[in-house]
Amino acid sequence: MKHWKRKVFPYVLLLPTLVLFGTYLFYPAINGFIYSFYKWNGVGPMTYLGLENYADLISDRQFTSTLLRTLFYTFVSLPLVFCMALALALVVSKKIPGVSFFRMTFYFPFMMSALVIGFSWRFLLAEDFGMISYLLTAAGWEPIRFLTNSNMAMATVIWITVWSSSGYYMMMFVAGLKNISSTYYEAARIDGATAPQCFRYITFPLLKPTSLLVLVLSSINILRSYPLIKAVTDGGPGTATKFLVQLIYETAFEKNKQGYASAMTIGLFVILALFTLLQFKLNKGGEQDAI
Amino acid sequence: MPSSTARRYAVMSVCMTVLCALFLFPVFWVVISSFKGRSELFMWPISFLPQSPTLENYVLAFEKGNFPLYFANSVFVAITATLLTLVISLMAGYAFAKYRFRLRGVLFAMVMATMMIPLEIIMIPVFRVIVNTGMYNTLWGVIIPAVATPTGTFMMRQAFISIPSDYMEAARIDGASETRTFVQIMSPLVMPTLTVLAIISFMWRWNDYLWPMLVVTSKSNYTLQLALASFSGEYSVDWNSLLAMSVLSLIPTTTVFLIFQKRIIGGMTAGGIKG
Repeated sequence: MKHWKRKVFPYVLLLPTLVLFGTYLFYPAINGFIYSFYKWNGVGPMTYLGLENYADLISDRQFTSTLLRTLFYTFVSLPLVFCMALALALVVSKKIPGVSFFRMTFYFPFMMSALVIGFSWRFLLAEDFGMISYLLTAAGWEPIRFLTNSNMAMATVIWITVWSSSGYYMMMFVAGLKNISSTYYEAARIDGATAPQCFRYITFPLLKPTSLLVLVLSSINILRSYPLIKAVTDGGPGTATKFLVQLIYETAFEKNKQGYASAMTIGLFVILALFTLLQFKLNKGGEQDAI
Repeated sequence: MPSSTARRYAVMSVCMTVLCALFLFPVFWVVISSFKGRSELFMWPISFLPQSPTLENYVLAFEKGNFPLYFANSVFVAITATLLTLVISLMAGYAFAKYRFRLRGVLFAMVMATMMIPLEIIMIPVFRVIVNTGMYNTLWGVIIPAVATPTGTFMMRQAFISIPSDYMEAARIDGASETRTFVQIMSPLVMPTLTVLAIISFMWRWNDYLWPMLVVTSKSNYTLQLALASFSGEYSVDWNSLLAMSVLSLIPTTTVFLIFQKRIIGGMTAGGIKG
């Protein structure tokens, strides 16, 4: 009797999770895949197209340019986030006075909503009433068109991404640095190693698992970012900062091309899946590290 | 040698303080500017500190901006979603950590596999599910899909794994039922992790934008984030209302952050992907 209960109980415990995950994750995921083979406006009948949506995607200039722009944004932001996070971590893992305040400060933007972050920067950088513009004109320079020049807008969005997420990955690096035994550094110092040598030959190699994790996690989070961009530029000027998630949203819910947009999401999924699989591979063994 | 290190650290500390001030400047600037009146906000040359500090923008947010309603909606969404997340994560985490059953490996792999399907990927079909289950334009439509988070399950599983099964065995020998062992003996032992999950989940749900934007259409169901976005039109931005409401929307999360900062920082780095 008791034995029977022990066999059933775990399934009872898992029931709510399985129902919710089934209804809101698995079932939709399968549906999304199915939709991608149909022409569908979201309400009317669905017309089977086979692979036509995918064929259209490849020749769709808007899609391919948005995809390239998204990858550009990701691969430029990524090393910047990485370097900034690592640099900050190296400083805040020293025993300098006020270190916990510094850690908190850099971590803080991660707790803010992406919208508020975006609006704050937009307010600061506005051309006609922004603080930065004012300082530039007061110094006798031309105001910079941070948000209305295509290239500047991309740079601005990248910078805000770096600003808002570095603190989070900094804390991951801090945790990684803590795991490096100080005996390595002591031995190196006895051998007369300089600080850059210590970093090059001890810190960086031993930090490799954390580094890889940071790269994978940040690339996934960067690929997904939409609210931040919505607040800063709303994809503009023109389409200069429009990325995949926004294009999918507009195609599905503004143009009502839900089948075609589903095919786009499969494209985004493939990219995300590659990064996530990589992350799982890296995490094997070090399970408590992160998911 | 020690004194030169101390001096170097002091210099670093000063540099870092300056860097922190610059780093937080955009937030400071929003807070300061939110106390400027309508004309002063767009004055040129700009004023640094408010010349005649006013609560005008805040009054506007409360009276015309419907702040109390949006705040209440946000509180309802964040707290309900968090409570549900805690309950289902606690149950699932316990099952995966402390029971050996036939489908354990498969089910755990399935739950973890959902990491690969963030909401952005499935927003179209989830939206259809919400419409078909009558949750379109309701706060429940915002809450329920967000509850299914693999991060919660994973965190609670890890927490239960670190609790020795001896406690369970002892409770069973004393004749406690499986339910009672779970609720009264084992669950209190994972309180620290549960607290972290609660805080993280609250923050996520408070800051959510994409999903509420898809599900909610009528203003009476807006959360704070939706209200903030609505101040930014295609051609103009209502900065007065936006600044004041941004500041107000930051108060709950900042308070929680300041109180629990040590725990949050530890737990968030274990959390991984925002979701």
